Amino acid sequence: MTDSNHIQGRIDWITVGFYVLFVCLGWMNIYSAVYSPDAPLSFSDPAFYDSNAGKQLVWIGTSFVLIVCILVIDFRFFESFALFIYLGLLLLLLAVPFLGVTINGSHSWFKFGGVTIQPAEFAKTATALLLAKYLNDPLVNLNKFAFQWKAALIIGIPMLLIIGSNETGSALVFASFLILLYREGLPGTYPALFIGGIVLFVSALLVKAWIILLVLVLLAGLFVLFMPIYLQRDPKTYLRLSGAIAVIMTLALLVDWVVNNVLQEHQRNRIRVLIDPGFDPRGLGYQVTQSKIAIGSGGFWGKGFLGGTQTKFDFVPEQSTDMVFCTIGEEHGFVGVMLMIIFFLGFLWRLMYLADLQRSRFARAYGFGLVGILFFHFLVNIGMTIGLMPIMGIPLPFFSYGGSSLWSFTILLFIFLKLDSHRSDMLSR
Amino acid sequence: MFTQRRNLIFLFFGLIGLLFIGKLFFLQVIDDTYEKAADNNAIRKIIQIPFRGEVYDRFGKLIVYNTPVYDLYIIPRKAVVKDTNQFCRVFRITREYFIKTTQRARAYSRVKPSLFLKHLSKEDFASVQDAMVDFPGFFFETNAFRTYQSRSFSNALGYVAEISPTALTDQKDDYYRQGDYVGISGIESFYEETLRGQRGVKYRMVNSNGVEKGDYKNGSLNINPVSGNNLYTSIDLAIQEYADSLMQHKVGSLVAIEPSTGEILAMVSAPSYDASLLTGNNFSKYYQQLALDPMKPLLNRPPSAYYRPGSTFKLVQALVGQQLGFIGPGTVFSHAGAPVKCHGHGPVDLRGAIRVSCNPYFYHAFRKMVYDKTTGDTYERSAQGLQRWADLVANFGFGRKLGVDLGNEKKGILPNVEYYNSVYKGEKMWKFSNIYSISIGEGEIVVSPLKMANLAAIIANRGWYIPPHVVKGIGLKKSIDPFYKTPVKVGVEAKYFNVVIDGMEDAVTHGTVEADGRIPDIKMVGKTGTSQNQKGKDHSIFIAFAPRDNPKIAIAVFVENAGFGGSAAAPIASLVVEKYLKRKVDRKAVETKFMNMNYLPNVYSVTRKKVAIDSTKK
Repeated sequence: MTDSNHIQGRIDWITVGFYVLFVCLGWMNIYSAVYSPDAPLSFSDPAFYDSNAGKQLVWIGTSFVLIVCILVIDFRFFESFALFIYLGLLLLLLAVPFLGVTINGSHSWFKFGGVTIQPAEFAKTATALLLAKYLNDPLVNLNKFAFQWKAALIIGIPMLLIIGSNETGSALVFASFLILLYREGLPGTYPALFIGGIVLFVSALLVKAWIILLVLVLLAGLFVLFMPIYLQRDPKTYLRLSGAIAVIMTLALLVDWVVNNVLQEHQRNRIRVLIDPGFDPRGLGYQVTQSKIAIGSGGFWGKGFLGGTQTKFDFVPEQSTDMVFCTIGEEHGFVGVMLMIIFFLGFLWRLMYLADLQRSRFARAYGFGLVGILFFHFLVNIGMTIGLMPIMGIPLPFFSYGGSSLWSFTILLFIFLKLDSHRSDMLSR
Repeated sequence: MFTQRRNLIFLFFGLIGLLFIGKLFFLQVIDDTYEKAADNNAIRKIIQIPFRGEVYDRFGKLIVYNTPVYDLYIIPRKAVVKDTNQFCRVFRITREYFIKTTQRARAYSRVKPSLFLKHLSKEDFASVQDAMVDFPGFFFETNAFRTYQSRSFSNALGYVAEISPTALTDQKDDYYRQGDYVGISGIESFYEETLRGQRGVKYRMVNSNGVEKGDYKNGSLNINPVSGNNLYTSIDLAIQEYADSLMQHKVGSLVAIEPSTGEILAMVSAPSYDASLLTGNNFSKYYQQLALDPMKPLLNRPPSAYYRPGSTFKLVQALVGQQLGFIGPGTVFSHAGAPVKCHGHGPVDLRGAIRVSCNPYFYHAFRKMVYDKTTGDTYERSAQGLQRWADLVANFGFGRKLGVDLGNEKKGILPNVEYYNSVYKGEKMWKFSNIYSISIGEGEIVVSPLKMANLAAIIANRGWYIPPHVVKGIGLKKSIDPFYKTPVKVGVEAKYFNVVIDGMEDAVTHGTVEADGRIPDIKMVGKTGTSQNQKGKDHSIFIAFAPRDNPKIAIAVFVENAGFGGSAAAPIASLVVEKYLKRKVDRKAVETKFMNMNYLPNVYSVTRKKVAIDSTKK
């Protein structure tokens, strides 16, 4: 048994430092976004606690309570109860369509008194836990399909449930578990195919089909030129190459069909806005246009804390939540966003370093799950504010306003820190 | 196992991070379009137009001031009109106007204000005030338009109107925006930069709904508007109005100057117009009619109408001839050998020649001046003589601008060697016999009424003048350009003026001036002129000053198509002089006669529109 008194000594204070830094910076930017130069709110004003900045203070306070709870729970609880947590979350996800309420057009929330909770946010943690527990079995070998599909099932069920409640953005986060699986031995072909698929999808949208064909033929030509002699002599090689080109071209042509027939109207528009930045700047492209204006107007040094005009005066929708990065960009300029990106990558590096120190595969896998999820949010959230990603309801971890988001990331992170603080107690298997 | 994969994963993270930083560098540092877009979004620049300076007469009487009016603006996004009929009734507009203007405003911007209705009067503004609560999204901004105390003096004042598209594109410093008001003619134009004041600018921050959120950068960039400077003119409004009343039913000009200062006391351009017609919403309605009127009521004749000076020019000849040494008080010429005719008198000396306005006398005098040299052929001698003559005459302000502070002064024509060379297409193509008409103020010489009034002032001062001007003080300090304080010498010695003034006195007492032009108790001296007019009856001209000793007023009167100078122009001038010096007119019969006298040419009487009223008809 571990004595919780020793936690202080073992917890990774560097990571905690990053966490505190991000939460504080996030809160400053939320405060700036709601700040009104005409009527600045003071902390003693009750109206302050109705504003996003005030409410976020409450979320931050309750997060510390959560942290304490996680740290005092026995570290073995998370592994032992992973399946129950997972099943519980699945139940919640199933119940959402019947018991949930609609907030901002999204029917995916539970309401308990004044507190609203989005189970999809917590499903990530539950899935990471169960996936880590599954991989903890030394017999599981991700090189083999028999194990691959079981891992896929663990990821896929909550993902499908979330897609079912029309939260495609949140569902896409589950793709980040590829990073966990890759680290734990999944063949590199899978992430390669995944990235290749994305490249193909984007190029199919951006350029004409014949250009893709041309590029493919050129690549094939180069391949033929440099491949071993024995392959060159084998006529089947050319057959396979042609086949591969045919398959890829078919997929490329399918993209258009998918975009036009499978995707929903709002998703189609988000993609359209992405590939054509000038498209409908007052309507569908409004959010990304305004977001780019806000960030772009920050310049090199930024307009200074509370000095932003775009983010403060509601030009950017979802300012405090998904678009909090705009405030950083506008008020703190290129210097600010660059430092923020560097800090975030440093944070991820620290987590990966810690994960690799783990003796138990459970803790290590969970650590990489955590890293994957955080990175995916970072990628999509910042990407969409600067017009490199389609607009999705993906918050920036620790920075964005919102209880569900802050709580779920806090839980996600501190479970890992709890596990990490006990890494010497774990049995290496 | 697989630990190297951590590095691979982090390499991927790092690449994404680099991509983001690169894109952000492009967005924030290289591309500056976003900065402008942000300012367009969130900063509203509000121009505050100050009150235009007021205009006073020489005794401090207000001539032009500003009346506040109210412009109605709409912010389409906030504008909700539940009952369009009620709205149209309240603002007295048609439904079509409402729909059209609302649509245009919406097309411009949903969140920025657009002008909806211009120039509501104070009364209209008060009457709609109560109803405004029913119309969110509409608000008033105060504005002002020019208001005129008197219908007199319109032409010299000029008017204020929306800047024209060409003036808008031609402006140097980008001061005016579309729809801004600017002085168009007269002193409104000449003193535009003085009158307009300094514009204020307010930078207000607005949110995405167009709601103002306070001053941008705490108002540090704001500039408060500064009202325009007032103009204190030298105009005597009582004399101006009196002169206007005498010039009604006539086409012509009247200019009165205080000789010692060059200050213009009155300046009439007839026919005139009511300046208040060209303010505010009336402008487009009346401007077109005035501009198309064949009598050109918008033209400010005194500085810009062209006439031949006729016999009044003989005064210049008498002065220049003496200064150049060709004639003296005792010089006598007979009528013999002159192509210009005269009647009813024998050979006269210089004083007598001015009294009876003897044409042959000045023909011979001019011939002597031009044919001075004995060397060379007649062509060369003509050119040499004319140039010396023209150089001296130019000192009187002929053929160039006097520099009056009115926007539209014309140079006139003083024919010199260069001029005739171009008319006759080459040197030595002309000689005295081609140009002698100018000896008696006919032919190629062209002057404006202002120049002739200035000539009267020069003679009154015996050899100098101060550039005539309307404004004698600007702003609180009542300062003025030193140009309008500095005497200009004409290069004719004072002694040569005596005989000319004697002749002018004779002309009034028992010369060319008829009885109506004599003031019993004031010694006015003057010279009549009759400007030949091929198109109709000759123009009547008279220049004078009074009293003969210590002159207080110099005057020039031009009445078109009124015939002989002594019969129309001289009596009108005498009435103005009498009124100015005595502040009353005893000769009521003469006054009534010339106020009612109609010298309007028939062609004008028929086509003339009602709009171009005589400026004094109240």
